[in-house]
Amino acid sequence: MIDTDTPFALALDQVEFHWAGRDAFGLRVSGFRIGRGERVLLLGESGSGKSTLLSLICGINAPARGSIRVDGTEMVSMPAAARDRFRAEKIGIVFQQFNLLPYASPVDNILLPLCFAPDRRARAGDGRTAALALTDALGLARHTMASPTADRLSVGQQQRVAVARALIGAPSLIIADEPTSALDAGSQANFLDLLFAQCSAAGSTLLMVSHDERLAPRFDRSVRMEDIATLTREAAA
Amino acid sequence: MILLRLALRSLIARRLTVGLTIFAVALSVALFLGVEKVRTGAKASFGDTISDTDLIVGARSGSVQLLLYSVFRIGNATNNVTWESYQDIAARPEVDWIVPISLGDSHRQFRVMGTTAEYFERYKYRSGRALGFAEGRAFDDLFDAVIGADVAAALGYAVDDPLVVAHGLASFTNHENQPFRVAGILAKTGTPVDRTVIVSLEAIEAIHVDWQGGARIPGQATSPDEIRQMDLTPSAVTAAMIGVKSRLQIFELQRSINQYPEEPLLAVLPGVALQELWGIVGIAETALIAVSGMVVATALLGMAAMIFSGLNERRREMAILRAVGARPLTIVGLLMLEAVLMALIAVLLGIALLYTGLWALRPYVDAAFGLYLPIDTLSSREGLVAIGVILAAAVTSLFPAVRAYRLSLSDGMIVRS
Repeated sequence: MIDTDTPFALALDQVEFHWAGRDAFGLRVSGFRIGRGERVLLLGESGSGKSTLLSLICGINAPARGSIRVDGTEMVSMPAAARDRFRAEKIGIVFQQFNLLPYASPVDNILLPLCFAPDRRARAGDGRTAALALTDALGLARHTMASPTADRLSVGQQQRVAVARALIGAPSLIIADEPTSALDAGSQANFLDLLFAQCSAAGSTLLMVSHDERLAPRFDRSVRMEDIATLTREAAA
Repeated sequence: MILLRLALRSLIARRLTVGLTIFAVALSVALFLGVEKVRTGAKASFGDTISDTDLIVGARSGSVQLLLYSVFRIGNATNNVTWESYQDIAARPEVDWIVPISLGDSHRQFRVMGTTAEYFERYKYRSGRALGFAEGRAFDDLFDAVIGADVAAALGYAVDDPLVVAHGLASFTNHENQPFRVAGILAKTGTPVDRTVIVSLEAIEAIHVDWQGGARIPGQATSPDEIRQMDLTPSAVTAAMIGVKSRLQIFELQRSINQYPEEPLLAVLPGVALQELWGIVGIAETALIAVSGMVVATALLGMAAMIFSGLNERRREMAILRAVGARPLTIVGLLMLEAVLMALIAVLLGIALLYTGLWALRPYVDAAFGLYLPIDTLSSREGLVAIGVILAAAVTSLFPAVRAYRLSLSDGMIVRS
């Protein structure tokens, strides 16, 4: 399963990023690696640069220098459109909330990334079948999935649909940004169980961002934001 | 394609604002196409005012002026054609038929025209349609009058009603000594004939027996019976309609009339003069198109504004699309697709509105304005308008789409709210 030449699902080296027009504010990551199949918890308070780091990993933004490799492929040198396509192919994302297009059906929401990722679509086979297999495994009832629009689902159901969307076509890296913060404690544990199980089933690596340290024991490893990244706030020249 | 389905779903989810926007664009499209239909209908009606007449002859002036007074009964002749000249022209070998027209008097707000009974056979409109009588028949007595449909409707005249002709066009002096009788009422034509009182050429002479130089001769009152005994050959006519034996001779005859040595005359081809006249009227046509074009532009701007105002609420939606791998350009495309879909629906709805409106209003428009609006398929020009509206919608939607592009670049997949 693991390619020995590229043992890392994610590898950041000497990454430096500055916000456009705001040179004073930047983020530096000297080194951060996640092995294939690993489940890593990234702990950080709000304002610690988590969002910026995620947008770099996802290729939404490009760093000024350094290297970001996902599944062994260097993203930094890619043009923006190629990064978008690469993200669609390789990375599944779950947000804190508001993950779904409210007017689209749950199944269409799950199939959305496949529109932009032909390889992933090929891997998924019949999209609808794959989507329903995932939602079955995530404990979503078929009648829930038959809802004409996603906004009729509860928050918990929406989060599970979002996980199915992230996992469809088995991308190599799943990024979850505080996916449980909108859920109550009981649902959180249940949600994590399902997330872990499905990541394992898909062979996907999991990077989950949270501010909740209590979740740490459930992960292979937890990393603090301040240990890997430094915020640079130089006085404006 | 899932993106098309998403765009449709997104529109349906915002059905109230989207519906109103579509309706506004649809109304503007219906208006634009309606104006187009009325314009072509009016142009056709206008061109159909007179047909099968090869030449119109009058005193030398401008061809448009001659057409205006002889056919449209607008304005006045500067001069008359003497009866001798008329006879000369009538005697020419090329002339198949000739119908004189004598104008200058009025009845209420309607013009009175003296002519011969042949007028009812020779005057044709709307590609060769002949005049028909709704009631009664052509004049056979000296003091008989035939009135157009609008005259009858406006004045409430029926056959056998009396009718007094006024001298001049806006005059309080009446020819009350020689009252006319309504002999016939013509069927509606949609031409100026509807607004004309037609009497015989001799009748025009008859009512002017006691007149000289535009004023009544004091104390003189010739009775109708005396008049009937008099020679009522006119000394002049205002204009004449001519049909030639062979169409090849039209220009030959026109040239010889225009070079008539005895008096300055002008012969025009009605079709050519009509076109010249439409060229003048056409400015209003251009204005109409411009106004309805602006209405379409306004509706499209309204649509752009609606897309704009929705952008902020939809930033999260765009962030989701970005996160699953959509390029910023895809988001631009999605917004433009929405606009094009709205415009497409609006155009189809507008066309439906147009035909419903045409179908409902046609009898009224024909009756009230004599404007015949054909209900046929869209002309290629109208088809181009429809496509143009859709293209314009795509172009207009570029403004909000570019804004969305910028937003999605700066927001990325994270929206702070």
